[in-house]
Amino acid sequence: MSTSFSINGIAQSVDVDPSKPLLWVIREQLSLSGTKFGCGIGQCGACTVHVDGQAIRSCLTPVSSVEGKEVTTIEGLVSASGELHPVQQAWVDHQVPQCGYCQSGQIMSASALLARSPQPTDKEIDGALRGNICRCGMYGRIRKAIKSVDIAKADDALFYNVAEVDHV
Amino acid sequence: MSKWTRRAFLTTSAVAGGGVVIGVAMRPGNQVNDLAAKIGPEGGKLVHTYVKIDQDNAVTAIIPHSEMGQGVHTALGQMLAEELEADWDQVNVVEAPALGEYANYSLGRTYLLTGIDFPKILIPSIDGAMMGVADSLDMQITGGSMSVRTSGILSMRVAGAATREMLERAAADAWNVPVEEVFAEKSFLVHGRTSRREPFSAFVNKVASMTPSYTPAFKRPEDYKIVGRYVPRRDIPSKVDGSAKFAMDVNLPGMLYATVLRSPVPGGKVVSMQDNDARNVEGVHEVLVIPSASYSTMVGGFTAGETVAVVADSYWSASKALQQIDVQWSEVGYEEVSSETIFSQFDKDISAKTERQADVTQGDAEAIFAGATKVIDAEYNVPFLAHTCMEPLNATADVRGGQAEIWVGCQNPLGFRRAVADSLGLESEKVKLHNHVMGGGFGRKSVPDYALQAAHISSMVGAPVQLIWSREEDVRQDFYRPAVKSRFRAAFDQEDNLIGWSNTYTNKNEPVEAPLIPYSVPAQDIGYVSSPTHVPFGAWRSVDHSQHGFFTESFIDEAAHAAQKDPFEFRANLLNDKPRHLAVLSKVADEAKWSDPLPAGRGRGISLQESFGSIVAQVVEVTVTNGKISVDRVVAAIDPGLAVAPDGLAAQIESGIIYGLTAAMYGEISIEEGAVVQGNFNDYESIRMDDSPVIETHIINSGHDIGGAGEPGTPGIAPAVANAVFDATGIRVRLLPLNNFDLNYLVEEEGVAG
Repeated sequence: MSTSFSINGIAQSVDVDPSKPLLWVIREQLSLSGTKFGCGIGQCGACTVHVDGQAIRSCLTPVSSVEGKEVTTIEGLVSASGELHPVQQAWVDHQVPQCGYCQSGQIMSASALLARSPQPTDKEIDGALRGNICRCGMYGRIRKAIKSVDIAKADDALFYNVAEVDHV
Repeated sequence: MSKWTRRAFLTTSAVAGGGVVIGVAMRPGNQVNDLAAKIGPEGGKLVHTYVKIDQDNAVTAIIPHSEMGQGVHTALGQMLAEELEADWDQVNVVEAPALGEYANYSLGRTYLLTGIDFPKILIPSIDGAMMGVADSLDMQITGGSMSVRTSGILSMRVAGAATREMLERAAADAWNVPVEEVFAEKSFLVHGRTSRREPFSAFVNKVASMTPSYTPAFKRPEDYKIVGRYVPRRDIPSKVDGSAKFAMDVNLPGMLYATVLRSPVPGGKVVSMQDNDARNVEGVHEVLVIPSASYSTMVGGFTAGETVAVVADSYWSASKALQQIDVQWSEVGYEEVSSETIFSQFDKDISAKTERQADVTQGDAEAIFAGATKVIDAEYNVPFLAHTCMEPLNATADVRGGQAEIWVGCQNPLGFRRAVADSLGLESEKVKLHNHVMGGGFGRKSVPDYALQAAHISSMVGAPVQLIWSREEDVRQDFYRPAVKSRFRAAFDQEDNLIGWSNTYTNKNEPVEAPLIPYSVPAQDIGYVSSPTHVPFGAWRSVDHSQHGFFTESFIDEAAHAAQKDPFEFRANLLNDKPRHLAVLSKVADEAKWSDPLPAGRGRGISLQESFGSIVAQVVEVTVTNGKISVDRVVAAIDPGLAVAPDGLAAQIESGIIYGLTAAMYGEISIEEGAVVQGNFNDYESIRMDDSPVIETHIINSGHDIGGAGEPGTPGIAPAVANAVFDATGIRVRLLPLNNFDLNYLVEEEGVAG
């Protein structure tokens, strides 16, 4: 059965079992490897992507549920001209990643938060990012990086309306 | 992570061919031509084992260590570029391939020969011997917080300086001027008197035929321009846009996916298996049983039991199918073992003191304790721990036609290559290993069990296969940080001076000094008993320091309180002969404003730990509300001798602290019916954003020998938190993890924990 959706602005149609999780469709069928597998049960956040602006855990999302929707992965945050999203740039400026494996998910959660709340409080950061584990423990740097992002200076097109992630 | 021992090294090196003695006749000379052929035409000219220079004057530093997030490629690149006088903006860093030429000879050299003052003329021979030994032992190890202080100092710095000397010589010859007048500056060679200035690249052909010195002249640290300065890490840009290629991101034409299951009780074999349902899952190709594997390496041997593997056209199909397989595993004799029986066994073995081995016997402890005015005692336990790297274990293999190609993220590429070759019955040269950046390592990825599984599956199905472990398999088939019980006594004289320290614990691993204390206590009796368990041992960030740091720094705190002294003052007074330790401890106390009072419900705790050549002190502030502990702030001070990459060091300290804090607050692998109970992040929890403290790190560049960075942050956090909890509540926690305790209940009902 075929499922059609847009990924990073490009229309795609995949012929897979409709219950196959979006994570594995992104990685195996669409060959986008920036979205990571970490736990398979929505506990670690490494697989976070945006669906119609909402940050979701793609390891628990059947591909059939994104029919007709817009999916954005870490690769899609970079602008067409190759410019980093302000959150990605903040991650470089604050030297956030260590091993880097969780960081696609962290950045997807952070960009969703900032689109919704341009100057988030510590409590909002706690709420929006607590679903993303970093075993290298770079939480302090992530917090600083999020607070440094100046949304006013960012390209509006990068920030669609994003709702808060539902946490397990 | 330094599981290998000096004895093992000497024994094995002797076996490997006469060891050091035969090596005196071995001179490595210039290996560049042979190597260049093996590395292949990727542009640029190899001018030294570790240095390539391109036509556009870009320098490539070849780093013989794996990147698992610790920033080693950047830090070692800085060390090489500094001595080379290269323009950092034109320096690339790449990981060395899994070839014998890039074995970590410097690891063995540092370990074995530190403190021996050899005549300069012998050094090339010794290095040659070490290289030969390291190559034959397949040592390409990243662990033990060793990379900067071994390869950094003995390979990168030497390579940079030796290459610079060759370039200067080549330029002097070409310009017909005295070599003393030529100097290197920002990737150019300069002769002031004749105003000549030409790029490194102009001389590479000449340099490639010269033999590099093993004893070049080094820069003075005060002249450093790259080392000790902030430079952005080179791997970070690829880790923010999804382009970094981890092993799991490999995608080969025709590649199948596999996932695996081993016996819940280690060592079990498949007695029977119902796999009809699994075989009927759409996309499933094969259900296989892979034989058990065992292997001995310098970083410890391992045995991995039989494996059931499902091979499918998707990881998801393989995973679904595996869940439908009903395996009956053979009994191996550990089915009655639980965490409870293990700790009872520890208790019995410590009490019996059978064949107790001494770490330290100093003064007449027996007499001191007999004549003491006051004696306190306490017993501490910590549980088994899993590593839970963010990236679940995985490896991709293509084993066909008597050859193997392996894509993996690991902490010992040469060792993995050899293990795969031996396991398949191939020569090492028939195995090509591609090492990737790792999504965490922490010691787990020094054991090649997962690479062997991938190789066998590929060999059995005759196609390239990507093996991915489920998180549950990752937690349940780990090589674990051991559970330990440790029993203490402390003796005081009538002025409340600490005069005796006695400690017996279970099961010694490495580093050997982990249970030692830096404090001057006249009588010390520290030792251990053997109390083996069936739970497989693994090196876990900071290895034995992770347990003993908690024990010794908690019990010294108990001693301070027993002596009615301030925990900082008490420690400081016992450090008269340890000025570096005292300086670090004083620094952290100052920065944390140790003496400032805190409101009720809040507390401060302090710890001091030397490990892997660096000294770290930490002050933790906690708030205890309704029995719940919040770790608010950690102030750390470290004396690493010299911080090569200061921001990288700070990041490693932050990382080590959070890794240790996860263990302190949540970490517990428990054993029931011989098997691991926990399976995923829902029951093996991790510190998250909302319970992560603010961390500040202060670095003291004391100018002593360079110490490690990856592990020294970890040991001191658990005791500092427990000491802070005591300060806030009066409850002494002697068992981890802390979240197992209802502090309210303990205050009301028992008054003390542990």
